[in-house]
Amino acid sequence: MSSFLEVVDVHKYFPGVKANDGVNLDVRAGEVHAVLGENGAGKSTLMKLISGLYQPDAGEIRLEGRPVRFGSPRNAIRAGIGMVHQHFMLIPALTVADNIVLGDEPGGIRYKRRTAAAQVRALSQKYRLEVDPLARVEQLSVGLQQRVEILKVLYRRARLLILDEPTAVLTPQEAEELFQVLRHLKAQGTPVLFISHKLDEVRAVADRITVMRAGRTVATVPAADASPQELANLMVGREVVLRVNKPPRTPGDVVLSVRNLSVTDAERRLRVRDVSFEVRAGEILGIAGVDGNGQTELADAIAGLLPASGGQVAFLSQDITRLPPGERTRRGIAYVPQDRQRDGLVLDFTLVENAMLRDVSHPPFSRRGILQHRPARAYTERLLEAFDVRPRDPDRHAGDLSGGNQQKMILAREVSRDPSLLIAVQPTRGLDVGAIEGIHRQLLRLREAGKAILLVSLELDEILSLSDRIAVMHHGQVVDIVPAETATREQIGLLMTGTRVGESEVAQPSNR
Amino acid sequence: MSVLTNPQLWASTLAMTVPLALPAIGGTFSERAGVVNIAMEGIMLMGAFFGVAFSYWTGSAWLGLVFGVLMGGLLAAVFAWAAIRLAADQVVLGMAVNIFASGLTAFLLNTLFGYEGTPPDTPPLPFVSLPWLGPVFSHQSVLLYVMFAIVALSHWFLFHTRIGLRIRAVGENPLAADTAGLNVWRLRYAGVIVGGMLSALGGVYLSIGILNSFDVGMTNGRGFIALAAMIFGKWTPVGSFLASLLFGFSTALGIALQGQGVSPDLLSMIPYVLTILALTGLVGRSTPPAADGIPYTPIR
Amino acid sequence: MTPVLATALAILIGAAIAYILGFDPFVAYGALLTGAFGNTMAISSTLAGAVPLALAGLGVSVAFRAGLFNIGAEGQYWIGVIAAVWFGYHLTGWPGWLHTLVCVVAAAVAGGLWGGLIPGLAKAYRGAHEVITTMMMSYIAIYFGQYLIAAGGPMHAPGYNAQSYPIRQDAWLTVLVPPQLTTAVFFALGTAVAVWWVMFHTTVGFRLRTVGANARAARYAGILVPAYTVLALGLSGLLAGLAGGVQVLALDHRLMWGFNTGYGYTAIVVALLARNHPFGVLLAAVFFSALSTGGQNMQMVSQLPSSLTDVLTGLIVFFVAAERMVPLAIAWYRRRRGVRVQVAAAGEGGREA
Repeated sequence: MSSFLEVVDVHKYFPGVKANDGVNLDVRAGEVHAVLGENGAGKSTLMKLISGLYQPDAGEIRLEGRPVRFGSPRNAIRAGIGMVHQHFMLIPALTVADNIVLGDEPGGIRYKRRTAAAQVRALSQKYRLEVDPLARVEQLSVGLQQRVEILKVLYRRARLLILDEPTAVLTPQEAEELFQVLRHLKAQGTPVLFISHKLDEVRAVADRITVMRAGRTVATVPAADASPQELANLMVGREVVLRVNKPPRTPGDVVLSVRNLSVTDAERRLRVRDVSFEVRAGEILGIAGVDGNGQTELADAIAGLLPASGGQVAFLSQDITRLPPGERTRRGIAYVPQDRQRDGLVLDFTLVENAMLRDVSHPPFSRRGILQHRPARAYTERLLEAFDVRPRDPDRHAGDLSGGNQQKMILAREVSRDPSLLIAVQPTRGLDVGAIEGIHRQLLRLREAGKAILLVSLELDEILSLSDRIAVMHHGQVVDIVPAETATREQIGLLMTGTRVGESEVAQPSNR
Repeated sequence: MSVLTNPQLWASTLAMTVPLALPAIGGTFSERAGVVNIAMEGIMLMGAFFGVAFSYWTGSAWLGLVFGVLMGGLLAAVFAWAAIRLAADQVVLGMAVNIFASGLTAFLLNTLFGYEGTPPDTPPLPFVSLPWLGPVFSHQSVLLYVMFAIVALSHWFLFHTRIGLRIRAVGENPLAADTAGLNVWRLRYAGVIVGGMLSALGGVYLSIGILNSFDVGMTNGRGFIALAAMIFGKWTPVGSFLASLLFGFSTALGIALQGQGVSPDLLSMIPYVLTILALTGLVGRSTPPAADGIPYTPIR
Repeated sequence: MTPVLATALAILIGAAIAYILGFDPFVAYGALLTGAFGNTMAISSTLAGAVPLALAGLGVSVAFRAGLFNIGAEGQYWIGVIAAVWFGYHLTGWPGWLHTLVCVVAAAVAGGLWGGLIPGLAKAYRGAHEVITTMMMSYIAIYFGQYLIAAGGPMHAPGYNAQSYPIRQDAWLTVLVPPQLTTAVFFALGTAVAVWWVMFHTTVGFRLRTVGANARAARYAGILVPAYTVLALGLSGLLAGLAGGVQVLALDHRLMWGFNTGYGYTAIVVALLARNHPFGVLLAAVFFSALSTGGQNMQMVSQLPSSLTDVLTGLIVFFVAAERMVPLAIAWYRRRRGVRVQVAAAGEGGREA
């Protein structure tokens, strides 16, 4: 079989990041080719390079043997590359047909709506993608919306279909329907490039699998020959886990107890399903999982920012399921949110103002509703000192600080309140090594001090080295909770894909 | 009840509808493309003033109309540039346009025509009578009939042409439109400028359509009633027209009932009350285009 | 663009327009200055005109600080006038200071309810955009006022003119400097200090600013964002209502025809130019009041129509909003220079070859 698309030793750098650092890919005519890798492995950068959103810094992309350079997505579309984005590019208020033909509508001045509908109908029959051309997109389920996206690409006569994490938003049934469609497309001779971090589905649908890790493609294997174990090892690598020297501790009383918690997000999608666990004093419970499997929603729900749609959250033996976020803070729940710039800080405020953000109605920040500027400033100064936030100037705006110092500022604020529970979501995301170590030291110090810590992270190493126990989430559920001492990367990696290891080496957690 | 059967009431309702429906449809074009437009009042003033001025200078009311509309379009283009290219706050910009236009037209009136107002021999646009359509259509401005055509044309343009589909697309989701290969900025310019020209035509109607003179602030808040009509008409040309008709009727009724115990001022509140009810969902919820008011900066 | 730069640019353009039309810009602007500050009478009028602008401008700025655009200060102003006038002539036998106080408080409360209740609740719980609702409420207020004083209206005083009964004289504010400057000026100064204090020295102000600066962080901080939305619009309306009450107690003493004062609209410009700082609002209020009083003198002395000041105001607002003009202009200039350099280099290269 001849190659349709070749990516030859492509490099793409961003300031401080080697997003793609030697990528080779070869998609043959008439195959479904999967790119498998963890989050941050460089998959979406590669897709943006192929679809013309980025230009490679080195290397070459060849289409049917000829080198190509796309200046914009428009050129890539014209060359026959059809991209189905992870976040749909649809206009909910318009009809299916309108969305599909937009930019290349039938008709002269007049928009031939009926022709458009007929063309869409013909197209959807040809590719067996059933959808009503006259329905409004906002009325469609997510799975049907994805069909519209695929039809949009096919309408533009795409010769290569690229799907970026297409099953992320689908139910298992919808995903299975999607696989049928992909197989059908393949049968019609259209090659498909399929990006995913899910082992099982990649194995189910792909002919060949290219695995990416840390910006590089590490191997291309025929799907038929690849075992899940082998793929998981390729994905996560076999580096030695850096174990932080962590004195053993006997966990104390239960601080946080989550019982059968379910959470729906703002779009009313069920993101956390029936989750139960406990966190004890002096214990770090790590929550591992691929991004978007309900971890942040779980953290938000415990902090009170998302309502629970079912189940119960108890803190220090008291039910707090219905309490507003401010009251939970007052009772001793500290929260380091995932997005420090959008949620954790007010960038236009000074460090003093950011220090008082969550506790403004208490001393030393205010008395009877009146701000106490001098004590607040002195307090902030001590905070900056103790947590080594730089510059050590309480009048600077939070937006002036580096990412690491912003995070230290948030951690300082949250910890200084002497909480009983700290929820930290991706506390080291985007930080440099020195800053990461500092944050890790702080977390361990809190553990020493007998705090309960819920650590949500996408970094497996971080989870493995800091946690006492590790809960792995998949599709909003806790697949398993395992002791960190005996856990391996491979084991956690498999759990993250929803595969539960059959062997009994996984200790059955007592609190499930 | 004799009031309601009086053809004069209906004739004046139609006459009151024109200077509301035209800017309301103008605003619809702008907001459908995703640019919030509260500048109809100012753009109408531009149209009204330059309509009279050019009608007087050229001796042709039709040329006055053309230049009045062009000047309104010019001001709308400047507004569009700041709103689209500079991503400036569209509400603040709209205010700026309103203040600027009310100042400029008053200023030019006094500097170009002195303090006596525009010359009395300025030619107005013709009135057209269609007596076979009944007394309501006797002696109406030609622009009334133009307005009917514009309502139909605008509806056809927005909902039945390719460019209309594209304009609506950039007002709903510019990123999606961009990835589909559309030029978001150019479409938004088109929406704002065409909308501005329609608003200006509403102003032309006031100055040389039913009169032949310009007065300082002669739009008298109609640009804002038009805004209400646009919202109450759910951002569609036909809806805008029907809402304008309703608002025009309430004004005409207020005048007809003067001295009969019904306060015209209370009747004048109707458009604003209805708009608030529509926005809060108490009377047939009215929702703006999804990307209305949000500037778009292409990636790359 | 910084407010000062925007103002300077607008004044320059105004001068150019005047020059093109055959006026001497120096004479015109000179007359404007003397008209605004040339003698005690001028200063008295300018400061008196600044009072309602400052009070309503403070109102608009409070909403802006909370991330809300109160475009309906004009209507809240008139609701304040109506409330003050109603209490002004209905109450009898009260001590003067108390009567004044009752009128002022009534004006503030009425304005606050007008701004906070419907637009605030509609925004917080129905998602209706406050720009439209405050604007619509503004027109409703104005027509309501016209209804009250029209012939047959509940506040209509007998006579041919559409006007209300006058406020009892004991409630009037005392004239400090004739013709117009009254103790109203202390209301403006005091309110500015109070707003400054509330916004920067209380937890409520802190929360309002947090909601405006980052609503998501505010939610994370445990602030009830909808409640503070209502509060911000309510406070905003309260101050605009106060502006109306104080102004009517100081000058007109009755509700009457003449709704085109536009203080509520200029107040938005004042807040924008002041970048929402309470003391900046005072300065900006004096500036726009000076434009207005000085504009009259300019028209008399130089024949240049006073409406030029509106042109200037429009330009200032435009430039303040279009702040991205400056970096864009710089980039354009650099590019042009770059092209010129390239062309020059290409020319040289050509010669060598």
